[in-house]
Amino acid sequence: MSATENNPFNASWTYDKAPESTDHIQLKEQYELFIDGAFVKPLKGKYFETINPSNNQTIASVAEASSEDVDKAVHAARAAFDSWSTLSGRERGKYIYRIARLIQERAREFAVIESMDGGKPIRESRDIDVPLAANHFFYYAGWADKLAYAFPNKTPKPLGVAGQIIPWNFPLLMAAWKLAPALATGNTVVLKPAETTPLTALKLAEIIQESGLPKGVVNILTGAGATGAAIVQHPEVDKIAFTGSTAVGKYIQKTIAGTPKKLTLELGGKGANIIFEDAAIDQAVEGIVNAIFFNQGHVCCAGSRLFVQESVASTVIQKLKERMEHLIVGDPLDKNTDIGAINSTKQLETIKDYVEKGLKEGGEIYQPVCDLPKKGNWCRPTLFLNVSQSHTIVQEEIFGPVLTVQTFRTIDEVIDKANNTPYGLSAGVWTQHGAKIFHLTQQLNAGVVWANTFNKFDPTAPFGGYKESGFGREGGLQGLRPYLKFN
Amino acid sequence: MNRLDIHKTYKLYLGGKFPRTESGRYYPVHDSSGNLLANMCLASRKDFRNAVVLARKAQPAWKRVTALNKGQILYRIAEMLEARKAQFITELSAHGLSQQSAKKEVEAAIDSLVYYAGWSDKYQQLFSTVNPVSSSHFNFSVVEPVGVVAIKAPETPGLLGLVSMLAPAVVGGNTVIILASEQQPLTAISFAEVLHSSDVPGGVVNILTGKEQELISHMATHMDVNALVYCGSDKTVRQSISELSSDNLKRTIFYNQDHWDKAQGESPYIIEATQELKTTWHPTKAS
Repeated sequence: MSATENNPFNASWTYDKAPESTDHIQLKEQYELFIDGAFVKPLKGKYFETINPSNNQTIASVAEASSEDVDKAVHAARAAFDSWSTLSGRERGKYIYRIARLIQERAREFAVIESMDGGKPIRESRDIDVPLAANHFFYYAGWADKLAYAFPNKTPKPLGVAGQIIPWNFPLLMAAWKLAPALATGNTVVLKPAETTPLTALKLAEIIQESGLPKGVVNILTGAGATGAAIVQHPEVDKIAFTGSTAVGKYIQKTIAGTPKKLTLELGGKGANIIFEDAAIDQAVEGIVNAIFFNQGHVCCAGSRLFVQESVASTVIQKLKERMEHLIVGDPLDKNTDIGAINSTKQLETIKDYVEKGLKEGGEIYQPVCDLPKKGNWCRPTLFLNVSQSHTIVQEEIFGPVLTVQTFRTIDEVIDKANNTPYGLSAGVWTQHGAKIFHLTQQLNAGVVWANTFNKFDPTAPFGGYKESGFGREGGLQGLRPYLKFN
Repeated sequence: MNRLDIHKTYKLYLGGKFPRTESGRYYPVHDSSGNLLANMCLASRKDFRNAVVLARKAQPAWKRVTALNKGQILYRIAEMLEARKAQFITELSAHGLSQQSAKKEVEAAIDSLVYYAGWSDKYQQLFSTVNPVSSSHFNFSVVEPVGVVAIKAPETPGLLGLVSMLAPAVVGGNTVIILASEQQPLTAISFAEVLHSSDVPGGVVNILTGKEQELISHMATHMDVNALVYCGSDKTVRQSISELSSDNLKRTIFYNQDHWDKAQGESPYIIEATQELKTTWHPTKAS
C-alpha cells in the first residue's frame, strides 16, 4: 500500500449520495379539478401530464380545465361568497389557521412532491418553500378579525371572487401568498397553478377539503394558458391576481381594461446586486451565489445583475469562481444538492438561447466543470464577464442560473446603472457601513431591497415591484389592500 | 380719461416657465354671453412630451425635499392663493359661476392645499410599517413617490378639481403634468402664477391647456410616465386608458367626475394612490 492510500486526507473528498426518501408520499396517477369542495373530472375529459424535470418521467396526469370548468368554478365561488364574506372574521381566521397547521403536519410530503414536480433542491423546498407557505397562512389567519385596524377611517369590504394565477417557480408558496390574504379578507377564490407544477396545489386542495373550509370558497383548476385566459376574461370574477411574466401581465392589464375587475401583478425582474469594497467579501460571495443560483435562478427577484466595485472586482470574481466550482448540480431530492433541475425543457431552451446570445454579443463566459446527470434538464451555474448595460443578457430576464458581472467606481454610477432598467422588483447592497446601506436603499427603484442578504422572504414583509415589475404588494398589512374595497 | 384694460395672455406652464404651445395653435374660450375670454394654448403631443422630460428631470430633487419643507411649500401656495382670491373669483365668474359659488370654490381650494400641507409629514407614518420578520433583520416598508404622474383634471370644478388632484400627488413627492379643464381653463394658468411665486421648483408641476380627446392617448402611452390619474366617468375613455397604459404597466387611477364634491374628495388615501411601497431588509447583526 502506498502512503497516499493510507492517508485519508489525500483521498478524493466527495459527498455521498443523501437522497430524501419518497416512500411516505402519496401520489395518485390522475388528478381531478377541485370545484365546490369536490374533486371532479374536467367537463371535456382532457388531461395533461406533469413531468419530473430531473428525469423527464411522468409523475401523474392532471385534468385540464376548459372555459366551461372555469365557469363552473366561478359560479361555485360566487355562490360561496355571501356566507363566507359574512362569516365572522374570527371564524374565518380559524379555518385559515387549520390550513396552516395541516401544511405543517404534512410538510415533508409537500417538500418532496415540490422537488419532484418542479426540480428545486429538497433543501430549499424543505427549509424555505413549505415552512414559508404554512407561516403565510398562519400570519393572515390572524388578520381576518382585525381588518378594521388596518385601514384607519375606512370600512374595508371584500371584493368578491378572486381569480388567481400563479407561476411554476414556487408553486406551493405562491398558492399560499395568493390564498391566505384573499381568504382572510372574506373573498372566495378560483386558483390556477402553473401547468408544469400542479401537484402541490392539488395536495393543498386535499388539505383544504380536510380542513372543512366551506365548499366553493377555494376552487383549484389545473391547466395552461387557455385556462388562465378563461379566468381573466370571466365576467363574474371581481379581481385578478397574477404572478408571472411581464408580457402576460401586460396582456392581462389590456384584457380587463374597461371592466370593474381589480388587478395586482407580480412580474419579472432584473435585480441589481451591488458589492462595495468595504463589504465582508466572503459573506458577499455567499450572497451572490444565493442571489442568482437560489432555485436555479427561477426567481423573479433574483440578483441577476452583479455590480462589483472596481477595487475588489478581481478578488470577488476569483472567489466567486472558486465557490461555483463547489456547487453541486444534480438530483433535487439529494440533500446535498445546491442547484436542481431546470423546471422544463422549454425553460432550458430559453436559458440556452440567452447564453448563446451572451456569447454572440461578446460576453466572456465562465462555467465550472461539474458532472451533470444524463437524463433531465440541467444548466451549469454561469457567469458572464465583459458585458455592459447594452447587452441583451444584462437587460432581459433570463430566469435561470446566469449572472452578468459589471464593475463600477462611484456610488452615483452604480445607482444609475442599477436603476437603468424597466424593471424594479429587487436589489441588494453589500457594505459594512450602515449609512451607505440607507443611502443606497433610498435611491434604488425597487420594491424590495436587501442589505447584506438576498432572497429573504417573510409573511410580514410586503413584496412587489416598481415600474414594469408589476403593482400591488403581497405580504404584510399592505398585502390585504388588493383584496379589499372601501365604501 | 378712459383707460384701456390690459388682457392677460394665457400660456402654458412648463419647467417653471410660461411658454406658448410649440404648435402655435389655440382655442377660444367664451363667457356665457359668448364674449371671448381668452385664446388658450391648444397644447400638442410635443408639448406633453416636453413636459414629461421636465417633470422627470425635476423628480429626484423634489423627492429629496424634506417632508417638512414640502408641507411649507404647499402652505405657501395656499397663502399666495388666499392673497389673490379676488382674481380667481373673477375668473371663475367669467366661466359662468355665481359670485357666491366662485368664492366657495376658491376657498375650498385654499383649504384643500392647507389640508394636504398638513399631511406632508404624516402620511408616511400612516402607510409605512415595521415588519416583525423571523430573521435577524430590521425590516420596514416605506411609501415613496411613484415618480412622474400625468393627470387629467376634471372639467368642473375648474380650480378645485385641478388643485384637489395636484396637491396629493405633489405632496407625495411626485412631479406632475396636468391637463386643465378644457372649458374652465383660466384659473389653471393663473394658478401656475401662484405656484411660480410659492417656492415650488420648476418642473414639479407642469400645466397644459388643450383637448382631452387629443392628448389623453399620448398621456396613456408615454413610456416615461409612471402613473395616470383620470378624473372622468366616460367608460370608453377609461377602457382606452387602461389598454394603452399596459405598454409600460402604468398605474391607472380613476376618479369620478363628481369625486371632489364628496366627503372622500380629500383623503390621505388619495396621496397613497400615487405612492409605491419599498421594503428594506437591514441586518441587525454585524458579521
